[in-house]
Amino acid sequence: MSALMRPYGDTTGDGMVQLSFTLPMPHGKKAEGAAQQLARKMGIEPAMVVHAKPIGPSFTFFVVYGSVSHLVDLDEVKVVEREYPLLSPKETNLAIRTLLRRRMVVVGACIGTDAHTVGIDAILNIKGFAGEKGLEYYREIKVVNLGAQVSVPDLLAAARAEQADAVLVSQVVTQREAHLRNTRELATAFRQEWAEGEGPVLVVGGPRFDEAMAGELGVDRVFAKGTTPADVASYLVHALAARRGVDPTAPAPAAEELQEEPA
Amino acid sequence: MTGTQHTQQTAHLLPLDPELVRRARALAAEVGAPIVDLARRHTTVSVERATLRLAGLTGADAEGSPWVNRLVDAVRGEVGLEHGVTLPVWDALVRGEAEDLATLAQKAAAGSVRFRLPEGSDAEPARRAARTALELGIGRIDARRREREALVGELGDPERTPWIYLIVATGDIYEDIPQAQAAAREGADIIAVIRSTGQSLLDYVPEGATREGYAGTYATQENFRLMRAALDETSRELGRYVRLTNYASGLCMPEIAALAGLERLDMMLNDSMYGILFRDINPVRTFVDQRFSRQVHARAGIIINTGEDNYLTTADAVEAAHTVTTSQLLNEFFAKEAGLEDWQLGLGHAFEIDPDVKDSFRLELAHALLARQLFPDAPLKWMPPTRHMTGDVFRGYLLDAFFNLAGMLTGQGILLVGMMTEGVVTPWLSDRDLALQNVRYVRDAAGGLVEDFRPPPDGFIARRAHQVLGESVELLERILRHEHGLLDSIADGTFGLMRRPADGGRGLDGVVEKADGYTNPAAELLEGDG
Repeated sequence: MSALMRPYGDTTGDGMVQLSFTLPMPHGKKAEGAAQQLARKMGIEPAMVVHAKPIGPSFTFFVVYGSVSHLVDLDEVKVVEREYPLLSPKETNLAIRTLLRRRMVVVGACIGTDAHTVGIDAILNIKGFAGEKGLEYYREIKVVNLGAQVSVPDLLAAARAEQADAVLVSQVVTQREAHLRNTRELATAFRQEWAEGEGPVLVVGGPRFDEAMAGELGVDRVFAKGTTPADVASYLVHALAARRGVDPTAPAPAAEELQEEPA
Repeated sequence: MTGTQHTQQTAHLLPLDPELVRRARALAAEVGAPIVDLARRHTTVSVERATLRLAGLTGADAEGSPWVNRLVDAVRGEVGLEHGVTLPVWDALVRGEAEDLATLAQKAAAGSVRFRLPEGSDAEPARRAARTALELGIGRIDARRREREALVGELGDPERTPWIYLIVATGDIYEDIPQAQAAAREGADIIAVIRSTGQSLLDYVPEGATREGYAGTYATQENFRLMRAALDETSRELGRYVRLTNYASGLCMPEIAALAGLERLDMMLNDSMYGILFRDINPVRTFVDQRFSRQVHARAGIIINTGEDNYLTTADAVEAAHTVTTSQLLNEFFAKEAGLEDWQLGLGHAFEIDPDVKDSFRLELAHALLARQLFPDAPLKWMPPTRHMTGDVFRGYLLDAFFNLAGMLTGQGILLVGMMTEGVVTPWLSDRDLALQNVRYVRDAAGGLVEDFRPPPDGFIARRAHQVLGESVELLERILRHEHGLLDSIADGTFGLMRRPADGGRGLDGVVEKADGYTNPAAELLEGDG
């Protein structure tokens, strides 16, 4: 494949694209000219404003077709891969069955004085987040959600009692770096209880965390804003497999195992 | 909206076996009766707080803790809630501990009031005073209902059904208002303000106008008031009454119902089991709160919207079709028991069958017609596809058109407008405009088909509808075979995918078993026996 390419309409190299947008101005000749100008500045030349429709008195919606002058250079395309493959709930369930031969136990909490369970609930509640169901939805995951304002000793005790495979902690409140202080306290307590690579996989998340801070904070993984339940579930499968030195995405076993059975 | 027009249009859409229909309703009543009994035997912190709100207690302390929470907590700490909050509170007022409720709450929070449970002749003045205060409060709800009726009389209802339901959700009430007004001008008959994520799990109602929320705007009394006032203005401008919807769900369901009644909201999301299954709220808490909130809605003339669409977002829409019917039957039973009338039952269902399934549209029609025929006088709420909206907005637009067509063909009462960008972005101005064009096109081109559409009695659609009703009857029978009926079924995962035991979940510590002398003048007035 050539490293250079253009979009494809109906002829190789025609560069055709379509786009739609709204400008905050009344419909009319001027508005169509404005749309054309925008398209041209986006590299579309010639630009055909094929549709312009007023939305109320002060907005106009456009559909534009045209040939874009830009070239795509595949050699310059750099993508940051996540360190684990994203699995569907079904794939996650199957991987857990193969890996653990029992349900995965996940204990979640908000620690410290943080009463904002928004984050942990978005990940754990069946209701979920961003159109994805939470971990409760997964047949092969047992979720123990301790809720808000849980102390580190209580969380540790629950993780022990439940024989947790993973502990998820959400921190929304960040005044005076409380989220970082709480996380370090948590990590220290867990490392005193369990040796490196043993005990539950320790995950923290929240809108102000930086995903690169896991090592510094002493946890296994940090999730930042926009994380969805599938991200977390996929990561947990990956992390537990890595500890066991197996590849969770190895080809699935016999097809009948794909049948969902009643939990 | 009166049900009669639906009845006339749809009376013979689908021949259902009347014996099977009768059996389904009888089973729902049998399943529901012990739950009503349970609800009657308990109160909750939220029911007691709602009672204080109806009596006019508003506001919050400097930390944002509402005074109703402070006062109920103080009373509970000293004398318990087994007899209800009103006796100790109005006893303290009668004894002159404070000149009004707000002052009493402040003093109670500071620990400078002693509460007692008045007995014998001491109880009578407290009882009378509480009764007077709550008659005034319920009177305010009655006045708001009359106000709505007058506005609808003056401005008129939408000329045709389904009513068009649009959502706004910016997180900032002052951004929501112009968006809601614009949506009404574009053709929305109903505006719903989505709540902030996680509000259902707060055990208090935030106070004041709010400008920050997570994927939605907090339900507060002031936000309700601001939005209703703005829509009144727009209703006059448009010459039709634009309705406002919010959510009476979660741990503060009764309080939010009371605020909705006081601020003349018109519709409230209010499901009997949603909080249990999807939010892990304790089942007993939910059923007690639900009954009180529905009594308030009944009195306030509010249309409830139930949440059956949610079952289909977690389970397969073909396999789980009968769980929707079962839930509708239970919601109907609980609603009527609480005093709601048919025209107030916006029973939910959704267009969520995988479009790759063969005959998916015929199956959708069968399910929608079943609901229409089973509840001929209820303004059913028809919910758009979400699960199979993939980000391919072009395909999504087509799917929404079929959703609209199914809604028109089967005479749905309330149509939540589907967005082609569902699950991609919060709707843009242009998304909403395109979505409304879609609705208008289908309505103008095919709305009248409801008169012509008569699936043959032995055809695919009629047979499928009958099958789903039969499965629903079987499910109700299975629930009844449990020792503790519905509670055991919820505990063992018969409903939805979740197992929710009666002694688990959030908010259980806020449930109190009533003592013999329990008093709540609001509940008495709402029961209609006071």
